[in-house]
Amino acid sequence: MSDAITVTALGRTFGDFHAVRDVTFDVRRGEIFGYLGANGAGKSTTIRILCGLLAPTSGRAVVADADVARDPEAVKRRIGYMSQKFSLYPDLTVRENLDFFGGAYGLYGRRLREKIDAVLAEVGLTAQRDATTGSLPGGWQQRVALGNSLLHDPDILFLDEPTAGVDPASRREFLALVRRRARAGATVFLTTHYLDEAEYCERIGLMAAGRLVALGTSAELKARHVPGRVLLARTTRPAELRAALAPRPDVLAAQTWGSGVRLRVRPELSPSALASLVTALDATASLEPAEASLDDVFAAVTTGAA
Amino acid sequence: MTASALEATALVQRFGDVEALAGLSLTLAPGELYGLVGPDGAGKTSALRLLAGLARPVAGTARIEGLDPTAPRSHVREILGYMPQRYALYGDLSVSENLRFFARLYGVEREAFRERRARLLAITRLERFPDRRADQLSGGMYKKLALACALLHAPHVLLLDEPTNGVDPTSRMELWDLLHEFVADGMAVLVTTSYMDEAERCARVGLLDRGRLLIEGAPADLVAAFQGAVATLTGPIDRVEALLPPLGHDLAASTPRGQGLRVVLEPGALPALQAAAAAAGVHVERARPTFEDLFLELLHARAEAAA
Repeated sequence: MSDAITVTALGRTFGDFHAVRDVTFDVRRGEIFGYLGANGAGKSTTIRILCGLLAPTSGRAVVADADVARDPEAVKRRIGYMSQKFSLYPDLTVRENLDFFGGAYGLYGRRLREKIDAVLAEVGLTAQRDATTGSLPGGWQQRVALGNSLLHDPDILFLDEPTAGVDPASRREFLALVRRRARAGATVFLTTHYLDEAEYCERIGLMAAGRLVALGTSAELKARHVPGRVLLARTTRPAELRAALAPRPDVLAAQTWGSGVRLRVRPELSPSALASLVTALDATASLEPAEASLDDVFAAVTTGAA
Repeated sequence: MTASALEATALVQRFGDVEALAGLSLTLAPGELYGLVGPDGAGKTSALRLLAGLARPVAGTARIEGLDPTAPRSHVREILGYMPQRYALYGDLSVSENLRFFARLYGVEREAFRERRARLLAITRLERFPDRRADQLSGGMYKKLALACALLHAPHVLLLDEPTNGVDPTSRMELWDLLHEFVADGMAVLVTTSYMDEAERCARVGLLDRGRLLIEGAPADLVAAFQGAVATLTGPIDRVEALLPPLGHDLAASTPRGQGLRVVLEPGALPALQAAAAAAGVHVERARPTFEDLFLELLHARAEAAA
């Protein structure tokens, strides 16, 4: 079976500006794929191309077996799309919103009613079906929006920063719903600002200045892009310790972090050598191991530094 | 004893039947970065509004350097900076014009303004865009300009309500580095966030839930005192998921993680899970707890106690 999404040397320019430049990747069927990047990195342009809303200026993208440039309508029929700025009618009930969007997908009559019931159960809003959408908490409205994008059983679900501005408990529930859909066979393409959220994804693509600069699982990205060891030096004087350590060539990164300094050091700097170095600078400091994060990966690949 | 920069004592706030704050007390020393974290509706914004003097508490007191922020013609305005979630800049004014407007509003002297404007534009990296209209800035740049405006009068105490919400990762990192620079210069900063990974960047955190502090301390100390266990389970997903129901109340939280599952367990529950996993051919790897794990365990334990 072919991949759900195949992107080959994809490019899009706006005048002289290269919004997306030579991007190649694929997403397997049933995979949850995370697409990350800063504002202006090219995430939204890519997602608009993949959803058949914007034609590429070079390269090719095949989504659910349809070429996005040649047959964008086929793409639109097979995908579901939900964005951070989801549009719901706040003065309609939950059910009325689903009814409206179902109509837009060409569903009607008994089939639509059955679909709405199934989707309400899936997103856990059966009891809220007659509530006015605008009166629901943000996390629940977000699930209504997800429900809308699921009504026509899309093969691929595009979620564009779906959890922005939603609290952690609601994010967790939302992502569990998404995962259940993926388990049932849907492919999920998710963009996010939150790097901890990217840990939910099976593989991650990282965009910077229009290019795909990193691609792999979270563990692979950390191993490849964040060499060295990460440690936390706890001290009562973090600012001074950071200032003393930051300029050293064997210290790759030093950040003030809580009541301490988060350090990334070259592997050659042995634990004992680092420990004596730190205590010589600050007798109150103690070292403990820490872990590389996707924030470290992001900082490394976007600044171009290793 | 040093005077506290900010002090909340048994603050209570109600909106109709809803108790937004149920006796919140916290203290910040000068030069301290304190993170008030918690889910939506926990009372974070209510706390900041009381401390900024925008509302009066039903009971309790709020003090900024010993002063009542709601007192008429309070001197607090000169020592306090406040950035609400939706900071209203003038969209049709440029970056420079917004700064000048807020400087006049706060009565900043011309000489001091020129100096601070240059410094704030430099540290927020907005110096290349002095003439850009505020409504044409990206989300992250807009937040940084709002922050610069809130800092023009060189406040001693800064209150920031979810400054990183909706801001991209690059700008978020810059913002946190900036906050650390300010506290190194002696400013006390109280910041709210619903992102638990950010809490670990604060010197001290308070975990707010339903208007009450559940726990408070240095993030590393709180995590070190965590009694539960955290583990990642990998293997065929049906078998991984089959391990969860037998855990019953010992399972505080489970979160998808890559192709596996990350679980937070109550104290003492790990050995039984390890045995069951070995029998099922599922790989269990112990993970270092994070502040978010701690938060989930606390909420779970509290819900269990209430049940």
